[in-house]
Parts: sequence; C-alpha cells; structure tokens
Amino acid sequence: MRALIVRSVGSGVTVQDFGRQGLLGSGFSRGGAMDRQALFEGAALLRQKPDLAAVEMAGFGGVFEASADMRIALTGAPMRAKIDGKSVAWSASHLLPKGAQLVIGPAILGCYGYLHVGGGFDTPVCLGSRSAHLAGGIGAALVAGNVLPVAEDPDSELFGFGIDPEQRFEGFTVRVLCGPQTRLFADTEQARFAAESFRRDTRGNRMGVRFLPEGAPFTSEAGLSVLSEVVVPGDIQITGDGTPFVLMTECQTTGGYPRIGTVLQADLPRVAQARPGDTLRFEFVDFDKGLSIEAAARKDWQRLSARTRRLVRRPEEIPDLLSCQLIGGVTAGDDLERQDP
Amino acid sequence: MTNPDSSGMRAPQWPRLSPLGSDGLLVSFGERLEEAANRAALAFRAAVDRAGMPGVAETATSLASTYLRLEPALEDRARVMVQVQALLAGRDWFAAALPENRKLWRIPCLFGTDRAPQLAEAAAEAGLTPDEAVRSIAETRVRVQTIGFAPGQPYLGELSPEWDIPRQTQLTERIPVGALCVAIRQLVLFPVSTPTGWRHIGQTAFRAFRPDAADPFPLRPGDEVIFEPVTADDYSTLEAAGPDGGALSELLP
Repeated sequence: MRALIVRSVGSGVTVQDFGRQGLLGSGFSRGGAMDRQALFEGAALLRQKPDLAAVEMAGFGGVFEASADMRIALTGAPMRAKIDGKSVAWSASHLLPKGAQLVIGPAILGCYGYLHVGGGFDTPVCLGSRSAHLAGGIGAALVAGNVLPVAEDPDSELFGFGIDPEQRFEGFTVRVLCGPQTRLFADTEQARFAAESFRRDTRGNRMGVRFLPEGAPFTSEAGLSVLSEVVVPGDIQITGDGTPFVLMTECQTTGGYPRIGTVLQADLPRVAQARPGDTLRFEFVDFDKGLSIEAAARKDWQRLSARTRRLVRRPEEIPDLLSCQLIGGVTAGDDLERQDP
Repeated sequence: MTNPDSSGMRAPQWPRLSPLGSDGLLVSFGERLEEAANRAALAFRAAVDRAGMPGVAETATSLASTYLRLEPALEDRARVMVQVQALLAGRDWFAAALPENRKLWRIPCLFGTDRAPQLAEAAAEAGLTPDEAVRSIAETRVRVQTIGFAPGQPYLGELSPEWDIPRQTQLTERIPVGALCVAIRQLVLFPVSTPTGWRHIGQTAFRAFRPDAADPFPLRPGDEVIFEPVTADDYSTLEAAGPDGGALSELLP
C-alpha cells in the first residue's frame, strides 16, 4: 500500500475533499475544504481531478514521510516547506521520494494550507466523502503515527509545476448578496455594514469566523426573536453582541440569529484565509452581478491548469542538453523556489 | 400582522419566496412556529421532491420553511422560479396533511439522576415538581418538527404551555450523545456531544445519527415520539442494547 506517514502534526489537520451533498434535510452540512479554490489549484498542479481528498492544515503543518515515491502539491496559505532539508516552493508540485521527510512549517500568510498527493488520499469514504466533519462526529484530526493510504497515481511523472495563486491571503473585500432577512436591518445599518471595515477575531474555525466591527455593534429590528431557519455557508449572522459571524463549510444547518446577507461562494476562500487581526470589508452586490461573479469563478477554477508552468527545466526535456553550460551558475540552494517567468 | 389560523386565513405575505445565497431558494410559511406552517413546509418539500424538477439539487425544511438548493451552474434559473411559484400557488399548503409513512417511536428515557442533572432546575422554571415534570413530558406525544442544526438532530414539540421556558444564558459545556433537553416548548434529542443552552432533563441510549448504518438518520420530520421513563437499572441494560437503546417503532395509520 502506498501511504503518507504522519510523523508529527499541528492541531486541526484533517483530510478534506468537497464534502457531502444531499444531506441538509438530515441536518448534515456539506463540510469539505475551507478553501475550495486550493483544491482546484492542487488538481491543476498535479493534472488530476479536483474532487480528490487532500490534507488541510489549519495554520500549522507537520512532518510527513512517503512510503513510496509520490507526487505532492502544496497550495492554499503559503507555508515554509522542505524536503529532506531543501526548501521547496509553495503553490507548486514536487516529487516526494520514498523515505524523504517533508517538513511543513506554520503559515506565513493566511490560515489554511493544503497538501495534495498524486492519485489523492484513499482514506475511508463515509456518506459519500472522505472529509472529516468533526462537528458531525465523522473522522478525526490527524495525529502523529497516522498512515494515510494514497491511491494509485496514473501520472506519476507529472510534477514540477508552479502556479501564481489568486491573492486571497491578506485583508480583502468580499462580496455579499442580500438574503431573506436583510430587510430586518434598517437601511442605515445596511449602509454602515457596507462602509465599515472589520477585523478578523481570534474566534474562528471550520464552522464559522467572527469579525469585529470598528464602530458600534449592529442591531436588527427583529432583535433575537427570529425563528430558526435553514442557514448556508457564507451566511452572515449578526449574533447577540452585534458582531458578524460568517458561517463556513462545517456550519450547523439551521440557525436563529438574524442574517444580514450571504458571502458569495467565490469569495469564501478569502474569509477562510483571513487570520486574526486581518481586515475585511463586505460589499453588497445585486443578485445578477452576484450570479455572474459565481459563474466566472467556477469557470476560472476549472481552468487553472492553463495557468501553471514549469518550476525548473527538466534535463530530459532539453534537446540540446550537451551544448548547455551546466556548471557555470553558483546557486543559493533555492532553485526550486525560483519560477520561470 | 393578521393573526393566522389553521383555516387558511392568512396575511397575504405568506408563503414568501426569496433567494438564499447564489444557489438557494427559501420558501417561508411564517415567522413563528405554528403547527400549520410546519406542516406546510414539510408538504411543500415533499411536493418538490415528487415533482423531480430539473435544476433542483436538494431540498430541506426548517420549522416553518422549505429550502431548495439549485444546481450551481443552472442556466435557466427563471424557468425553475416559475415552476416553483406555480407549485406554490397550486394549493393551500397550510391545509396539507402530514407526511406519509410516519412512525411512532417509544424511546426509553432515564429522567433526572446524575445522568440528566438539570431536571429539577427545568421543572422549577416550568413551575412543576420533578415528578410532575416527568409525568408531563412522558404523557405528551411529541412530533419531530424538523431535523436540523446537527446530523439527525430532531426538534420535538409541542409541549404544554408551562414549558415555554427560556434557554440558559450560560452554555452547558458539553452534554452527552442521547441527551434529552428542553426549552421553549420543545425537546431536542442530541445526536452528538455538544455545548448547548438547552437544559438536560433526560438521558436516552437512542442514537439519532448512525454514520455507518444503512439508515444513518432513523427519525424523520412528522414522526411522533413518546419518551417512556425507565429506572437507572433498566437504563444500564438499554445502554448495551445497540443504537436503538430499547426504542420500538411502528408505522402510524
């Protein structure tokens, strides 16, 4: 069995794919990766399908070892990574040779980093997904000693690609649609919500992320007496203390706090990647514009492989190898971090 | 607003259709929990499922609304909207019957003791002695009004008016799987261990979420439940009896 062995690991590291659909009526939220865009980037870098499971790292990485040669890709929040002591580029794919140690440090920017493998992780499927859903009692965070089976990889030679990820790791604006309860907030409150900036609180996880307003708490005409209703990831609840709480992938399926709007799915990776202290703004967009932003993002995420490029030139692909001057350059040991223009 | 009754005389704004996110529609049948609005939400969901509308990916209900998730890449959203509106206008959903194939469950429950430490406190909130409280709950046949919040988690009601007690302001840090908790004339039977503001009055060995079973979610909206008091000794036997925890079910006529 091909496997990735977990030698040590930070907290909140789990296996994730796109989660489970079709179970909302049974109270089970979809779950899956916090930063969906990162799964598409990993797929593009490894030339494989985006719905394969990857390891999601919440701010801190770990030490991993391959039981056999395998391809890996590193995406999402940039973290410092080394293979057997040699730095390797983030947002890139590499070969992890059998027995080599992959060391992934804390995130430099953003929150959620991803480790993908060629073929995807072959961990058990429960209710149609490999995602851990800790709130729902499925799966568990990884611990040292875990052995993660890796599926057969049909394209084991395709690695050494890099991609410039869409910038989503530092304070941004996210776009918001009005929802069924937006009208519970006075026009002046809605205007203030769109005008102010918010600081990402220390309270945040896969269920939701809290943001602190720079001004007064927000109030709704309904107070707290809203009948519990279906909630979806992206919904912005205004909780009892008047602060917005953006529901994320592993949120509950119903909620009774008034919701001022819903963040577009295209922008949820930015919410996921905001780290405590980062600044975020909310911008209302009209419904049709929102739909076209979502459609454009879906299309863009499917076509990321066109934006990848070779990290280094591979000798067997250089036809005039023997005429090249191979020993002229003194390197700083960071060749793999450099990317062709 | 007009005070609605069950004969269909309702303020004209109900039901109300609105988008929820870029790929969802919410059909609300009211803004308070009423039996007729709950029935309407369940019946409308069943009708959408039966109609098999292309473009509708998934449906769900909450206490008084139906949610439709649409295919994200849906090209003809307008067509789906027209179909949903036509279905909605096609009948008085507040007069709809309860779902078919409902079950009656009898679930053994250990009330009070150190396994369910807030019985006395909840009873006092309701103005009852602990014995009266147990009798009141055990004699009420409650209905699953919705499954939601957490996997397989039922909200059951409606309890008699004295049970209109608030949730606690402080959360209980963690209640166990199978805990029966009360607030606002409703019971919740917790499928997962979680923090909660609801008061823990009974403990069951019933698993409302069984991830590895053929039917992971045994309870359905519309099912009815009687919580039958058992002694601590009986309860310890039931704990070893598997995920039903001694519960029995039969189809309702």
